[in-house]
Amino acid sequence: MSATPRATGGRGLPRRVQRTLADYPALVLIAILIILIAGTNIASPGFVTPSQLSTTLLYAAPLGVLAAGQTLVLLTGGIDLSVAGTATAAAYLMAGLGGLGAGTAVALALLLGLVVGVVNGVGVGIFGVQPLIMTLGMAGVITGALALAALGFTNGVPTVPESVHQLGSGTVLGLVPVNLFIWAPLALALTIGLRRSGFGRMIYAVGDNPLACRLAGVRVWQVLLATYTLCGVLGASAGILLVGYTNAADQNLAIPYLLPSVAAAVIGGTSILGGSGGYAGTILGALILTVLDSLLNIMSVPQAIKQMLYGAIVLALASIYVRTSGDE
Amino acid sequence: MSAPSLSLTTVPAARGRWARRNAWTLGVYALMVTLLVVEKIVHPDLNGYDMQSLVGGALPLALAAMAQAAVVISGGIDLSIGAMMSLVNVTSALYMVHADLPGALLIAALLVVATALAGALTGAIITITRVPDIIVTLVTSFVWSGLALQVMPTPGGGAPQAFADLLTGDIGSVLPAGVIVLLLVSVLMWLPLRRTRLGLALYAVGSNRTAAYLSGIGVGRARGAAYILGGVFAALAGLALTASTLNGNATSGTAGAGYTLNSVAAIVVGGVSLTGGRGGMLGPIAAAVVLTQINTILTFVGVDANVGTVIQGALVVVVVMVAGLVLMRRRV
Repeated sequence: MSATPRATGGRGLPRRVQRTLADYPALVLIAILIILIAGTNIASPGFVTPSQLSTTLLYAAPLGVLAAGQTLVLLTGGIDLSVAGTATAAAYLMAGLGGLGAGTAVALALLLGLVVGVVNGVGVGIFGVQPLIMTLGMAGVITGALALAALGFTNGVPTVPESVHQLGSGTVLGLVPVNLFIWAPLALALTIGLRRSGFGRMIYAVGDNPLACRLAGVRVWQVLLATYTLCGVLGASAGILLVGYTNAADQNLAIPYLLPSVAAAVIGGTSILGGSGGYAGTILGALILTVLDSLLNIMSVPQAIKQMLYGAIVLALASIYVRTSGDE
Repeated sequence: MSAPSLSLTTVPAARGRWARRNAWTLGVYALMVTLLVVEKIVHPDLNGYDMQSLVGGALPLALAAMAQAAVVISGGIDLSIGAMMSLVNVTSALYMVHADLPGALLIAALLVVATALAGALTGAIITITRVPDIIVTLVTSFVWSGLALQVMPTPGGGAPQAFADLLTGDIGSVLPAGVIVLLLVSVLMWLPLRRTRLGLALYAVGSNRTAAYLSGIGVGRARGAAYILGGVFAALAGLALTASTLNGNATSGTAGAGYTLNSVAAIVVGGVSLTGGRGGMLGPIAAAVVLTQINTILTFVGVDANVGTVIQGALVVVVVMVAGLVLMRRRV
């Protein structure tokens, strides 16, 4: 007669909680988000009002779009360190070409993102360069090229077209941010697309085991090319949203968003090593980071401390995910 | 019945074997000499002073490349080298501005120790949290950059001229001091280390972490040591920045393409494999000089500095692509 080992009642509850959290990581994130919002409300009463919350959504949208591209790339097991540069360059380009009409300028900016993404995709997918190196190199190229282009603007810093400014900072009915009309459909498309479409499945597969994919007949290079191209376009979109908000093109516009774009995805449960995660978690991650940022700003935390706290939190959450997902 | 004659393959002369094993490193040094010739052609009145400024300009990159090499050989990567250099640069410039030579040396020594500790911390975080080194060093790079900005929001500070001469001057107006520094660092630190158990452990862990672990090597300790070593070299690189610019700037390590990116380029050109386990430090040193020479030649020819940044970025990518292709063909 064998006695089936059973956890005693005292050990059952924590074990159940841990398993629930592992199965539904979104719960942890929502809990953290609520705690942060409550904390911010304590630090600055009046935070939990519709207008303040809508402003938070407005702030979070560019990061959310930037992190979307980063999520896709992370899912394939890579990383894109050039998204921030792409966003900045696209924003600068759009502002500089504002004279051609807002629509054309935006289209050209998105085209720039596409081109950068294609170059990254070719390097990683066809030539087999490590994504880290490829995108780091591209970031350098973009930085230099942008500085060169900036020299060519003889009539001072370019200005942002009014319609883009409205897109980036306006609200409908004083409550719903206009950029939400970009972010929400995008989020929906990504979340459903990743889960339901063949391409989405291939992204996960390539990130999980590229060799098996190749043996199974998947054209891995095509998946990678498409992913990095998408990331480039999303990066450019994020840049446009961002410059619409700040209303001033700047050569360092999106640089502070590079680490948060990775952080949001990592916090949201996307594994660095690829193959698991999703955009829903990234959305929560982006919201958490935005509220955290507001909280730290309200408490007048100096930049250095803010970066350190940021870093500590990202590391803590990443390590939690590494442990709970059993990755090595 | 006669015994079958065993024909031994003739053992190649020891010298030939050495040359073949270190072919890549020798190639890079040959490239360096070639570029010197090119420089002479482009800039006919090349003199000792230009040599001095070449070595002085290449010194920070050479040391940064050594830092990156230490980490990459053990199988990791360090994206925070540029930021560490900035931090060391501003801190040393801040405290050295009114110091004399002994004071400056003391500050330098303290900074090296502090950065080594920072490297130890990085290694510990990577080992304990098991978060990939890309993320950890990306995070720490932002932390160090933020600290650097906090220490010196606007460029300033300085260093005693004697300290600058120590690293970027010349000995007897012939040999650039930078060469002496690099020789000392390589001969006193790296070459002995390479033959110790720790050095072998670094290569083993970088080559095949699992096999190293199964052989009883303390993987966590080896990787931690790699990051400590990287920290030491990064500190030296930051001090070299202070010596050559006599100024502190929070973006000195990360401006343009950044020392992180260029250190990766330098080690790849220098023969270190990005997957770990292969390469040394002598190659990256020459590679750093080569990269600096390319920049100098471009400047002589009249190319804009920003184009230089673009070329640097593109160069890294091309170099890694070519290195990858070479490795693939060698394996097949």
